[in-house]
Amino acid sequence: MVTPFVIAQLAMLGFVFFMLLNSAAVMVYVERKVAARIQQRMGPWLVGPYGALQPLADIVKLMFKEELRPKAADSILFALAPVISAVAAFTAFSVVPFGTETTLFGLLDRPVPLQVADVNVAVLVVFAVTSMGVYGIVLAGWSSNSKYSLLGALRSSAQMISYELSYGMALASVLVLAGSLSLRDIVNAQAGSWLHVIPRWYLFLQPLGFFIFMTAGVAETNRAPFDFPEAEQELVAGYHTEYSSMSFAMFFMAEYINMVTVSAVATDLFLGGWHGPFLPEYLGWIWFLLKVSFLLFFYVWMRWTLPRYRYDQLMQFGWKVLLPLSVVNLLLTSAGVLYFG
Amino acid sequence: MASDLILFYAFGAIAVAATLLVIAQSNPIYSVLLLIASFMALAGLYVLLDAPFVAVTQIIVYAGAIMVLFLFVVMLLNAPREDALEASGSTEESTGARALGLVLAMAMAIELVWALNRTRILGFAFPEGRGGTSWSVAELGRILFGNYAFAFEATSILILIAMVGAITLAGRHLTEKRIPNPDPRIPSPESRIPSPESRIPSRSPWQA
Repeated sequence: MVTPFVIAQLAMLGFVFFMLLNSAAVMVYVERKVAARIQQRMGPWLVGPYGALQPLADIVKLMFKEELRPKAADSILFALAPVISAVAAFTAFSVVPFGTETTLFGLLDRPVPLQVADVNVAVLVVFAVTSMGVYGIVLAGWSSNSKYSLLGALRSSAQMISYELSYGMALASVLVLAGSLSLRDIVNAQAGSWLHVIPRWYLFLQPLGFFIFMTAGVAETNRAPFDFPEAEQELVAGYHTEYSSMSFAMFFMAEYINMVTVSAVATDLFLGGWHGPFLPEYLGWIWFLLKVSFLLFFYVWMRWTLPRYRYDQLMQFGWKVLLPLSVVNLLLTSAGVLYFG
Repeated sequence: MASDLILFYAFGAIAVAATLLVIAQSNPIYSVLLLIASFMALAGLYVLLDAPFVAVTQIIVYAGAIMVLFLFVVMLLNAPREDALEASGSTEESTGARALGLVLAMAMAIELVWALNRTRILGFAFPEGRGGTSWSVAELGRILFGNYAFAFEATSILILIAMVGAITLAGRHLTEKRIPNPDPRIPSPESRIPSPESRIPSRSPWQA
């Protein structure tokens, strides 16, 4: 049973897990550096060259902190909530492809895809697992038995549920275009270019879809300008007010990993995944990395540029602007596919 | 496949155990969570049956959407303590309800056994192996919008009616609280909604 192929797949699993863990650390550093630059500060600079080892120091600090739990908290759920958040964040990435198939320089008898699991309903799996992440937040808020936590959790889940609809609709319009639910097929449908100039990315066929997806993605990951669950001025720290040490770190990590996942899915759906000019196919993952990095930078950029919305504005925008827009987009896409396809 | 069988029993055990624990719990929040676990295990079983689409739909619709709603209702009503009290107080007096429950459960069990036996006798039980029919989403869509188009559309209308009804019921006390129009000759902006007296007085679904 233990063939080189199986070993390669297990190695892939470990690799993706390791990279996701690291991506959270790197993102914390990037976020702090970019924020500092935007605010004309230096940012972290003491630990390591240019402060690059700051995330490591942060992790050590978090590990040695005391794990506090409110007396009135529901102990089981209080411990379970950050785990649910982290597991959902990691699981969602498992179906995201990030490169073509490789034989690792001929080491394997059949090529292994650069992806943990090649599922033929990958898009829906991402969607389903993301919706599981809500439970982590809701349970954290409820089990803490603190009003700030509960309010933060309620807001967060209301926001996530509202924006999930538009998110799903934007996904659906790409599905209609590609005629497949597999992320790998969707990426492969975007290979090549029109007139040798414009890459065949769905971004150009679905500009509105991309906008909706990214906006809903920001709301789904609870990032600024939609970071109501953690609106410091009103809610202390929202659903993770009562958390400390590593359980807080898990929420923190889950947030960053969710960002990475949304960016990676957006890259696969709209930006042609690992397809790009100048590089041979087997180095496509470099393109993938660059695109994801750009989207992540955009996330950070946006956080330090835009002020937070008001809560009712967020709900109004979600239900009265984004959802109708996404329905129209889906209808137009379907009509276009029927007419031209 | 041995691994399939192991997974089947694992998922089956989780589903059955979680479902049993749902009713054995006194804390409704735990019941909701265990029900989610049970739904997840069912999704795993669907994957084993080569129906990944159904599995994912199960998670999105049941574990994702419906159970979030349940969790909200349970959480916001903050039921745990009240329920524990009620349960401990009402165990002695409800022998009649218990007897009825027992009879109904027996009837259900007999019915199930009969139905399962019948399917086996008539021979449309599980096909040997996987039958080579792994439904793709496109095929499913074609069947749904072709053969079962009427049922599909009828269901969607039913759901729409339920939604409109829920919004009307939920929005009713919002309109009631508003200051009534002093002059009945001036049509109020809410005049398209019938007056509260003309409707059946009932509680909003969120208080039920």
